Amino acid sequence: MHLMQTRISGPFISFGNGWVLFVLKEVRIIKMISLQALSYSVGTGHQTSVFSDLSLSISQGEFVCIVGPSGCGKSTLFKIIAGLLEPSKGEVMLKAQASSTHTRLGNIAYMPQQDLLLPWRTVIDNCLLPWEVNQVRSKAEAITGIREMLEQFGLAGIEQAYPHELSGGMKQRVAFLRTVVTGAELLLLDEPFGALDTLTKREMHKWLIELWKGLNQTVLMITHDLEEALLLSDRIYLMSSHSATTPLQEFKVDLPRPRHHTMNYQPRFLELREDLEQKIHDTHSF
Amino acid sequence: MIRTLFKRWRRDYALSSLILLFLLVGWEMVVRMEWIPSFILPPPTSIGKALIDDRKLLWGQHLPATLLEVLAGFSLSVVLGSLLGIGMHMSRRLEKAMYPFIITSQTIPLIALSPVFIFWFGYSLAGKVAVVFLTAFFPIVVGSFDGLRKGADGYSELLLTMGASRWQLLKKIQIPMALPSFFSGLKLSIVYSVIGATIGEWLGGSKGLGYFSRRMAGNLQSDDMFAAVFLLSAMGLVLFIILSLIEKILLRKRGSSRYDSYPK
Repeated sequence: MHLMQTRISGPFISFGNGWVLFVLKEVRIIKMISLQALSYSVGTGHQTSVFSDLSLSISQGEFVCIVGPSGCGKSTLFKIIAGLLEPSKGEVMLKAQASSTHTRLGNIAYMPQQDLLLPWRTVIDNCLLPWEVNQVRSKAEAITGIREMLEQFGLAGIEQAYPHELSGGMKQRVAFLRTVVTGAELLLLDEPFGALDTLTKREMHKWLIELWKGLNQTVLMITHDLEEALLLSDRIYLMSSHSATTPLQEFKVDLPRPRHHTMNYQPRFLELREDLEQKIHDTHSF
Repeated sequence: MIRTLFKRWRRDYALSSLILLFLLVGWEMVVRMEWIPSFILPPPTSIGKALIDDRKLLWGQHLPATLLEVLAGFSLSVVLGSLLGIGMHMSRRLEKAMYPFIITSQTIPLIALSPVFIFWFGYSLAGKVAVVFLTAFFPIVVGSFDGLRKGADGYSELLLTMGASRWQLLKKIQIPMALPSFFSGLKLSIVYSVIGATIGEWLGGSKGLGYFSRRMAGNLQSDDMFAAVFLLSAMGLVLFIILSLIEKILLRKRGSSRYDSYPK
């Protein structure tokens, strides 16, 4: 389904800036997801708070990053959004409608830190997994769709390979592809490039920026890499540990789109980076 | 090709083969020099001779009887054991209800219980199958249950976010993940099955290698007894190897070196 959207939205973007702006404006009216005063605590009497009173909202088509120290509950937040965990308090609104974990499971794509490709399945069989679970279209259609995407993702020719035969970067691409072909409009990416070395990571950024132009999905991504966050996202949320008064701080990235992976040398980028680091330094006592 | 195979064989097994050869020669010598009477320890050559001379009895009558008991009891254990393993994995209540019993059942000295089994099920096939089942059941339940329980939470969560049901989780993630542990259970269990069948036959009946070895021991025909014991262990070994091969074929797609390093 989203493949169709991809094909339609592709030309829009290539028509030039006027069209891009028009499309984005129209799309951004819809709130993809919003979290309202979300709290999560663990323990038998819910005495240990992981985070509390956390609110954010993301519009359709946005790319938003969450940056924060280890252990501040970023991954827990993702599990709540994905529907794997029940929040202790608060509401997760999906497209402006109240949702339960039950309605979110299967409707939000989640890419965990490890690639989690099934080692006994080939690349194409791994990518068929979302189809096997929901079976919304015929198998032939699903396979054709995946083949097209493999091409688009620069993975043509490896569809019969097993995960252990692939490099780290390739595995991550396959895992990302599997996340995209779920057809979900919202993608949650939990440090997708965290395990990669710097060079491969740069390569992946370049690749993702190129690819992003053609995809029509909303992304919420966790990262530790400030450069990555600035390069990829429209907005960044700084998440602080549970003792802080404001659990989330918003940071707008006003770099123009379409972006390019060498933008990190531009003065505006460096300025933003300095701001961001300052902000992080102010909120955290190291 | 044959040369490299031979080289590999020499590297892996040369030392143990050499030791075996020394042992056999030493054994033969000890008996030939009449240090030990041959009815107490028959020399390897006469065991070999017994294997050939009594082939009709050993290979044609008693081996198939024991094999049948082993296979019947083992198959029953595999079916019921893996069903119980899966059931305990799917239902916490069943796990709580059954696990203590399964553990306790293993602390019962089997030999002490076997006469009761023979008493219940008779001297026929059923009695022996029951004893085999008792020995073989536990490793299969534990192998499948532990394998399923360990089955990688990360993968299960991923499938849940795709909207998978519990059965889809079981089919697509947990059972494939449990296979290595399941096969460990199977391999233990097949060896136990042979032991179980032997015990069953010792207690009574008129067929099988266990029965035969006991009768021959009573007659002081120790070469025949040893021949039967040899066949029993060979049977266990062959069945074990067959299972290992099946395991290898089933799991060969998963880059074996990375096998134990799945993220949990």
